[in-house]
Amino acid sequence: MKDKIAENILLLIAFSAILSLLLITFFIFQQGIPLIFKTGLHNFFSISWSPTKGGFGILSMIIGSLMVTAGALVVGIPFGLACAVFLAEFSSPTIQKTLKPIIELLAGIPSVVYGFIGIVILVPFIRETFGGPGFSVLAASIILGIMILPTIVSISYDSLLAVPNTYREGSYALGATKWQTVRMLLLHAARSGIVAGIILGMGRAIGETMAVIMIAGNALKIPGSLLDSVRTLTSTIALELGYAAGDHRAALFACGSILFIIIIILNIVAIRVTGRK
Amino acid sequence: MTFRIGPRTSQIIAYILLLVMTSITVIVLFFIIVYIFNHGIGQLSLEFLTDRTREMGKEGGIFPSIIGTLLVTMFAIAVATPLGVGSAVYLVEYTRGGLIRRIISFGADCLAGVPSIIFGLFGFIFFVIKLNLGWSIISGGLTLAVMILPTVIRTAEEAIKAVPHTYREISYSLGGGKLDTIVKVVLPTSLPGILTGIILGIGRAVGETAAVIFTAGSALGIPTSLFSSTRTLAVHFYILAREGISMPKAYGTATVLIIIILAVNFIAYRLMHRFIARYY
Repeated sequence: MKDKIAENILLLIAFSAILSLLLITFFIFQQGIPLIFKTGLHNFFSISWSPTKGGFGILSMIIGSLMVTAGALVVGIPFGLACAVFLAEFSSPTIQKTLKPIIELLAGIPSVVYGFIGIVILVPFIRETFGGPGFSVLAASIILGIMILPTIVSISYDSLLAVPNTYREGSYALGATKWQTVRMLLLHAARSGIVAGIILGMGRAIGETMAVIMIAGNALKIPGSLLDSVRTLTSTIALELGYAAGDHRAALFACGSILFIIIIILNIVAIRVTGRK
Repeated sequence: MTFRIGPRTSQIIAYILLLVMTSITVIVLFFIIVYIFNHGIGQLSLEFLTDRTREMGKEGGIFPSIIGTLLVTMFAIAVATPLGVGSAVYLVEYTRGGLIRRIISFGADCLAGVPSIIFGLFGFIFFVIKLNLGWSIISGGLTLAVMILPTVIRTAEEAIKAVPHTYREISYSLGGGKLDTIVKVVLPTSLPGILTGIILGIGRAVGETAAVIFTAGSALGIPTSLFSSTRTLAVHFYILAREGISMPKAYGTATVLIIIILAVNFIAYRLMHRFIARYY
């Protein structure tokens, strides 16, 4: 009797995560989606964002989000993969045991700290070296690239370690060098984990808010170069939610809905990719 | 004649390249912490930690934000722990694969990938406005609780899974029921692992900005009740830095923030390792 009650209570509790996810989905969509249809898809995906005058076009922000995310991947993937391969295949157990936790510890550094480093070091550096305002696509890409490193390193490293040792031994027995083994065999064998790590890093980059606000400049236009200021979906939400009301607030939830849809798709892809291992 | 690099040479080139790139990564990550500490340690004093914030943060200390961070985080943990551990117990002890398990796991995995600004939007519309809790410690705490729930579930699940089956069998053979076994055998044994997840959750909650700024607000006073709005350390730091109120105070606040988070994550790491050493 007591066991039965406990089981039912635990079952209820166990649904808390999925229930939260449903509540989040419901409220974000309920607040945002009606405005998309009221504005019309054509106007919503245009570039005129003047929310106080009824212009709710989010195209420049979508492009902004995609640009900084792509930039982050360009920075994050090579360094992240290099780190993971070096740690998993080319370093002694002592180095592995020291560096892996350190990199994971660094994953905990809050995003505002990264943004701040961007403001005090990277932005002035870009301004003085390349010209322009410094607050730019480039600054945001580099900082986001650094921020997603721990995610990519950690997941790629784990999936490299999960490749059975017999693969390596077989490859060495055929006379391959360590690098040939990595390049032709291990990276393929660990592919699903590496892809999942990259997708999760991508999700982190596209969803990042505070760091981006601090260093991207937030100008409302499609950037013409890497040195131009850029505004993302997330920064628009965070910059304007404090004072928005009525349709303007709904438009911010519409931005949130688009972001949420992108993230859920990325998550499902990542879960699928790892699940098929 | 085409020029070909031999396998030995390419091995050496690859090794050097990987070594350099790994070093750059580690150095950059270290540099961030060292740079902040270098500029911030000098700001730290008993006065900075215990004084009220004056003139929007230009003068005084960060005491209200320390209290705010503590209260919001504790509230979040108080909500997320029973939900997270309960979910994990159900997942491991009551389901054997099947649809329910897949749905619950999918929920936790997806929730883990949701960006903090979405939690901020949700907390704002649901807790602050619909439930009429206003900008408050409760709203902020509940929002963070939802955010850290997947971390607590996943870590607790792994910890409970690691408890050897013989422990449960011995308990049953001594006449223990399922619930008794869970409460008296499984949970105590997996406690260090469960704590690891909770501590990791604390680390995430302390460093969070986007999800709390729209739910707990940014009031500067010392909170008088759970319905007070408050400004956590991360939010205070963000406002100091972004509005350029005071760079020295920003460095000081960032230093406190990083020390707390590194300490919290370090404790989690040590706990997990002791646990792994014992049961794996």
